[in-house]
Amino acid sequence: MPVVDGVELPETPLLDELEKGPWPSFVKEIKRAAIEQEKAMKAGKKIKLPGSAKGLLKVLELAYKEKRTHWKHGGIVSVIGYGGGVIGRYCDLEDKVPEVWHFHTIRVNMPAGWFYTTKALRALCDAWEKWGSGLTNFHGSTGDIILLGTRTEHLQPMANALAYLDKFYGSPAPFDIGGSGSDLRTPSCCMGPSLCEFACYDTLKACYEFTMRYQNELHRPMWPYKFKIKCAGCPNDCIASKARADFAIIGTWKDEIQIDQEAVREYAKVIDIEEHVVKKCPTKAISWDGKELKIDNKNCIRCMHCINVMPKALKPGKERGATILIGGKAPFVDGAIIGWVAVPFIPENELIEKCCEILEAIWEWWDEEGKFRERVGELIWRKGMDEFLKVIGQKADVRMVYAPRNNPFIFWRELNP
Amino acid sequence: MPELEVKGKKLKLDEDGFLQDWEEWDEEVAEALAKDTRFGPAIELTEEHWKIIKYIREYFLKYGVAPPIRMLVKFCKKEVNPNCDLQYIYKLFPQGPAKDACRIAGLPKPTGCV
Repeated sequence: MPVVDGVELPETPLLDELEKGPWPSFVKEIKRAAIEQEKAMKAGKKIKLPGSAKGLLKVLELAYKEKRTHWKHGGIVSVIGYGGGVIGRYCDLEDKVPEVWHFHTIRVNMPAGWFYTTKALRALCDAWEKWGSGLTNFHGSTGDIILLGTRTEHLQPMANALAYLDKFYGSPAPFDIGGSGSDLRTPSCCMGPSLCEFACYDTLKACYEFTMRYQNELHRPMWPYKFKIKCAGCPNDCIASKARADFAIIGTWKDEIQIDQEAVREYAKVIDIEEHVVKKCPTKAISWDGKELKIDNKNCIRCMHCINVMPKALKPGKERGATILIGGKAPFVDGAIIGWVAVPFIPENELIEKCCEILEAIWEWWDEEGKFRERVGELIWRKGMDEFLKVIGQKADVRMVYAPRNNPFIFWRELNP
Repeated sequence: MPELEVKGKKLKLDEDGFLQDWEEWDEEVAEALAKDTRFGPAIELTEEHWKIIKYIREYFLKYGVAPPIRMLVKFCKKEVNPNCDLQYIYKLFPQGPAKDACRIAGLPKPTGCV
């Protein structure tokens, strides 16, 4: 048995391969956790799952050796008042590795934009070291903080610890559990105006408002399947909302890109504007005569390329707001879908209220009509875009195309009366 | 795996406290499941609880699955209490319809993913 820092670790020749190379390694981290756990035990700390990180190493090594997982499918665990946010995981090696027989996951609602103080992070880790394996994942794909591995009887105490993390662990604020199952998943957003000059609306505020207003939908699963809201500040869509969110709110502008010609000429000294900006414009909407940059804004499709290349010279217009894209999702019933336009433009000052109005109309319709595990995008495919537009009170618009300038929705009923 | 003793008979449960064999269920078993504190707080079954348990059980016997939440809420509004909504159901069954109501109604563990 290899001994590191005076701690005996299990033999894991296959996992050790994953530690080689310059990149971060989850094996390295689990081993570190195993050592920390043992040290905490020796120091007399009261931790509930001693040896769980070691156990995880054993189970993983075995899984790699046998080329099959030892995690069982399903598992329903819960904390009081919540139907989502804790996910049951059991290992099928109850007798061999009892340390990880229960290895439930807790999702924790992250702050908007993922801003933490170190105090908050320390408090989270202290509470989790006590009630769980101490292993975390910052962050899961939806954006939650993922706490990996605890037993059923420690779920409620850990949920309580999160709710009082300020009082008992010195965090500046308490935390709440996130979403899972057929509920509203934890809303997420890009860092928006807190870090980025391109943000066309306050993504953090929108994300916070949705989270607070839809607590019931977030914590108590009630729908045919999951529903994700993501707020991206500009069409760069750094959080990939259009590929991953049923309801993507992407910042955009209605008027013209703001140009600082002097700054463009400064860029001209260091980059070839013709080559790197004009020729790269997908709709050929830009011209440059060596002195002045002109943009044909009517043909701009908001791809952001020119703005990204010359951020000091160009910025989004002044009349800002957002476009709502509907239906994006990763594969399940009908494979991956990229979201498409449901509402072309909502001005910034009306955005949150209008989104809530539309969201509630969508949920009512989808909950009534949707089949088990049918995402809203799939329901629209099944029922038709025209029915969906009636639900959200929108008129058909040329911008509501599946792929821009390529494959518009065709309203067959109108064509063949 | 955990077991539950009812009338001198040992019933097999799964890790989450669901009956392994849904055919072993009767009202006494439901009482015992509700009192079992290994999988959550004990629940004192009232008339309102029983209406919901029986609805879930009958739906399961007819269709082989648990009813969707939306139908459960509609049923509760009509038959249990006109003010009943999902939060009301969580007051009756603190860990929610899947973990508590379905478990006490003796359904097999609802299949479901995260």
